[in-house]
Amino acid sequence: MSRVRRAGVNGGDGLDSALGLGTSSRPWIRALNYAVWAIIIVVFAGPLVAVVAGAFSGSRDPSQLSIIPADPSLASFSAAFDRGVLRYLANSLIVVGFGLVFQMIVSVFAAHALARKRFRGSAIAMLLVLSTMMLPEEILAIPLSQVLADVPFLGFNLINTLPGMIVPIVAWGFSILVMTEFMKEVPAELEEAAKIDGAGEIRTFLFVVLPTCTPALGVIGVFGFNMIWDQYLLPLLVASDSSMFTLPLALRTLRADPEVGLGVVLVAATLALLPAVIAFLCFQRSFMRGLSSGAVKG
Amino acid sequence: MTETTLTARAGTPEAPGAPGAPGSVGRRTSRARWMRRARRHGPVWVPWLFLAPALILFLLFKFIPMGQALVMSFQDVQPFLGNQWVGTANYETLVGSPDFQSAVWHTSILAVGQTAGSMFLGFTLALLLEGQAKRLWFVRSAAFLPVVAPMAVIAEVWRIMYHPTSDGLANQIIGWVTLDPSQWINSPDTSLWSVMIVGIWRGAPYDMIIIVAGLVSVDRSLYEAAALDGAGILQRIRYVTIPALRPVIVILLTLAAIRGMRVFTEVYLLTNGGPNGSSEVVMTLIYKLGFERGDLGVAAAGSVVLFVATVLLTLLVQFARRRDR
Repeated sequence: MSRVRRAGVNGGDGLDSALGLGTSSRPWIRALNYAVWAIIIVVFAGPLVAVVAGAFSGSRDPSQLSIIPADPSLASFSAAFDRGVLRYLANSLIVVGFGLVFQMIVSVFAAHALARKRFRGSAIAMLLVLSTMMLPEEILAIPLSQVLADVPFLGFNLINTLPGMIVPIVAWGFSILVMTEFMKEVPAELEEAAKIDGAGEIRTFLFVVLPTCTPALGVIGVFGFNMIWDQYLLPLLVASDSSMFTLPLALRTLRADPEVGLGVVLVAATLALLPAVIAFLCFQRSFMRGLSSGAVKG
Repeated sequence: MTETTLTARAGTPEAPGAPGAPGSVGRRTSRARWMRRARRHGPVWVPWLFLAPALILFLLFKFIPMGQALVMSFQDVQPFLGNQWVGTANYETLVGSPDFQSAVWHTSILAVGQTAGSMFLGFTLALLLEGQAKRLWFVRSAAFLPVVAPMAVIAEVWRIMYHPTSDGLANQIIGWVTLDPSQWINSPDTSLWSVMIVGIWRGAPYDMIIIVAGLVSVDRSLYEAAALDGAGILQRIRYVTIPALRPVIVILLTLAAIRGMRVFTEVYLLTNGGPNGSSEVVMTLIYKLGFERGDLGVAAAGSVVLFVATVLLTLLVQFARRRDR
């Protein structure tokens, strides 16, 4: 620490950060910097890279993880496909696909009302949305499994169906609140102009409101994807046999099965990991924007 | 399609006094105002129509289950036989059981340890990786991957790294500082701490990103001024950085503590509460009570207790923050 301090106070020509690392021009400070970065990358990204590398590895040692695949082969993939991993992947994709589309539609509708409309009971509506943030699946697990077996008023049994994993996550308070915050900042004049031009409620919504909030759609889209893809407890409550498993659920069963090798588990883990990582990398800007605005407030 | 028909039907009755109310007031002015509003904002029931899908789903999958949890917690739940009211017996069973007491204790340790550990590590990372350079952005993105990775995947990797032989990665690493191989998640002495390490590893990058965003707003000239006054780096962090970040830190700690109370997936997958209940937390206990032992009434009581604890903690923090201002 003392090395860094001297660099920060004396070596730099201006402090632009708490540690003053960026301003240092001394070569050994910069080398130290790079070493620290390398350690950070290895510690946090290394284990996840090792999962992918392990999936492509032909070696069968259960204790070893390596960032570079030893003895590269696709044998684990074909073994995994024989174990029905593609089925789990398909289930996961169906759940996230339908879930995300419906979740975004519901959020945008609700946010439109909360952000734009002044109406009697709007405070109550907001309070209802906020209160759901305190009712996550964990707290509701026990009664939720009963509600899913016999949906109130409708009488459906959603146990062991994919809709059972989709419907409960379609309305998400976080997504509605982020969208509401964003829509409040879009100038109301735009909408009023459209109304004066004779556009109806639906047309205004589709052609004026929605196009102005595409950045926010990116935010709730990437957060929604992440939330649904990471679901564990809800699929656990819903799926009663392995044909309905999503990838995360399947991991545990595959690992516990003595006939299934580590390679197959790592292939399933890779398939569960990559879409999440790819979604994050593609929508990183949206993700960071959501984190620094909505996530902290929510 | 069913969604739309549902909204159409449910939107109308929910609207507070939609068509009748203004007329029943019986004053011309209010009627005129209402007409003006209707022309500008559309009919009064329109907002409720937009809200209907969300509210109906919340009703079915949040509020009704919560109500049901409350009801079940006072009942002896017997599927197919009919439920019997038992008063507070479930709560007495729950609170009196040593399993629950130790689960609450474990949950508290885990929540406090993960929250504090993530914050400390996240703050350190943020200071190290603060800045606009492309390189820093790359390192931050790489460090952020644990946050976006599914918990199930993370649990599987850590299970492999915690392999209890001396070949296991975690044991090799502690071997560098000449520590003996540990049993990690397989021993009652270390299981809870092993889970905590995973939680910190996943929580720290999240805190880091939020703090980095917060650091942007710290007044740079204060650093200069502090340096001129002879403040060392630790003093600079203590008196300039932390005060500026205080609101962000408070929110992060609150959110993490609330999330920590209902921790489930990582414990379920890493240790499932074992060995010997050494890492049992409230949620894994509720899950076992409800779905493995079929004690739905007691499990529901546990859910209600968890809910009340969450609400209390939230209100407490809100209250403290309001008084703070």
